[in-house]
Amino acid sequence: MAAIELLDIVKRFKNETVLDEVTLKVDEGETLVLFGPSGAGKTVLLRVIAGVIEPDGGDVRLNGEDMSDVPPELRNIGMAFQNFALFPHMDAFDNIASPLAARRNTAERVREGVERVARLLKIDHVLGHRPRALSNGQKQRTALARALAAAPSLLLLDDPLRNVDAKLRFEMRLELPRLLAAERASTLYVTQDYKEAMALGDRIAVMFGGRIAQVGSPEEIYLSPASLEIARLFGDPTVNVLDVVPEEDAQGPFVRLSKLRAPIDPGLGHAVGRPCSLGLRPEAIRFVESGAHGAIPVTIEAETPLNEKAVTLVTTARGREILVSRPSGEPGPTEGTAHIAVDSAHALLFDRDTGLRIAPYRSDTDVRGAAA
Amino acid sequence: MEHTSTLERILRGVAIVAVVTFFIFPIFWILLMSFQTNETILRNPPSMVFTPTLSNYVALLTGRLETAAGTLDISFMQNLKNSVILSVSSVAVALLLGVPAAYAFARYRFRGSEDMAFTLLSFRFAPPLLVVLPLALYFQDVGLADTYIGLIWVYQLICLPLILWIVRGYFEDIPADVEYAYRIAGHSWFSTFRKIALPLAGPGIAAAGLLAFIFAWNNFVFALVLGSADKQPVTVGALAFVTASGIQFGQIAAAIVLSIAPTLALAIYAQRYLVEGLSLGAVKG
Repeated sequence: MAAIELLDIVKRFKNETVLDEVTLKVDEGETLVLFGPSGAGKTVLLRVIAGVIEPDGGDVRLNGEDMSDVPPELRNIGMAFQNFALFPHMDAFDNIASPLAARRNTAERVREGVERVARLLKIDHVLGHRPRALSNGQKQRTALARALAAAPSLLLLDDPLRNVDAKLRFEMRLELPRLLAAERASTLYVTQDYKEAMALGDRIAVMFGGRIAQVGSPEEIYLSPASLEIARLFGDPTVNVLDVVPEEDAQGPFVRLSKLRAPIDPGLGHAVGRPCSLGLRPEAIRFVESGAHGAIPVTIEAETPLNEKAVTLVTTARGREILVSRPSGEPGPTEGTAHIAVDSAHALLFDRDTGLRIAPYRSDTDVRGAAA
Repeated sequence: MEHTSTLERILRGVAIVAVVTFFIFPIFWILLMSFQTNETILRNPPSMVFTPTLSNYVALLTGRLETAAGTLDISFMQNLKNSVILSVSSVAVALLLGVPAAYAFARYRFRGSEDMAFTLLSFRFAPPLLVVLPLALYFQDVGLADTYIGLIWVYQLICLPLILWIVRGYFEDIPADVEYAYRIAGHSWFSTFRKIALPLAGPGIAAAGLLAFIFAWNNFVFALVLGSADKQPVTVGALAFVTASGIQFGQIAAAIVLSIAPTLALAIYAQRYLVEGLSLGAVKG
């Protein structure tokens, strides 16, 4: 039995379709990350599940039960909002206690419940403060504590780390999986940060323009994105995209990069002759000596040292801009001309018109891949 | 930060003093008049030097006015009581009806909701005299003329739109997420209204209530036409001081002082609460 089951959810605001037949399943105990750019409909979808927005079509089932006539207060959901949505006229204790108080617990049980989650989230020392007197991090933890307080079987977390500083976000990204596992709740987690999605999700659902574009494990989404749009969103720096038309010779399919033959996955023979976009991760490109095999001459434009890696922007002879990343500390050219080599065997190939990925044909494993 | 020169500060100070004097002086003059007899008030040229007398206040409180032409009964204290009854009840009824309505208009979009809200506002556009004459005829027929209930009903034309439109804005300023959060936590619609919406809109409701009270208190036309002497508020009652033997300026001044005292006290008391409430401002999180 799935914890959350959404069937063809449709929601329109005036003439704009915000949710377009969304079908999604969250298994029991699973953390599913709903990832997408702003305006994709993630927050609206969460509100439909919580019951505060009514869908124009489709079914919401929670733990197997149809929710069409169930008001939000009876759905037994814990929800944390992006802007925290704390009750400003109540102190942190009363904020966290509100789901417990609603369930007609005795004062004693309410106090125990609040203290349990407050200790878990390390805010037991600020329970007497009103939201106004809390730091951003404490507000965020209070909001999370409120969502967890009644130990709901279902957690909806709407980008809870959006409005906290980078340090706290990093800490919480490490802490949250442990917390969610301890609560044993099925979780739907909304984020716009692909690193957060990769770190927290058992599975990731990618959403664009009110539709689910792809659902899969973090590895699947990163290594085999369903479309160029998804490939662009996952990865920092973003994937390099080059217009190519695959060709084929006796050694198999290849693309031409600066007149050089760059072999691509042997299973991509069926893409030959089609206008395609080649997606090259910056880490699949490296600097080489001028005489090396497959060396492409480039001009260095700029270098951006990030914390764990250095990213260099280079241009090819034909003026195409390419990002190259290397682990920081590894020496590399910083100006003038240089040469790069491309590990094109793992490059992603997308149809230039539809933006959908062209999956390699694997005769020995997955025959259906060719149809995609 | 902008820099202000000394000259600028001085000019600003002078301007503030001028404005404050302009608005406060009439009230100050009325206060002085209320402690004078008609003779000293009508002196020419006027002077600030006089022997203060409490006779005006005594006349009002005892309800007996001694004039050159004889004694005159005045029902000022009854008028004051009427003002309190009418204004307090009107505002109470308007709050009872207007606050839930404002919440509905703020949070729910239903068919005709904007039209209904605007119709209620349009009551404020009509000149009161236009409304009051036909109403007087109707009230005679249905027996509402010269009753508190009838007057309180008509006072809703003043209070209800004011409260509805001010409070609606305050409800709209509460982020919907805060209310959603309370419902998802397991509370019913009504308890969300009571425990979240009402307290957070509290300062706005207080401000609207205060404003409605002042408008109701200062109303003249409705009570003049629809009420008789024993139901009329101070605004109408003050007419009694225009007597056959002349206008009793001293009593009028004392009556004004007594009649603005409650609203002034209420405003000063509520102001403290309003400022405190408005600085709550942690709604955004």
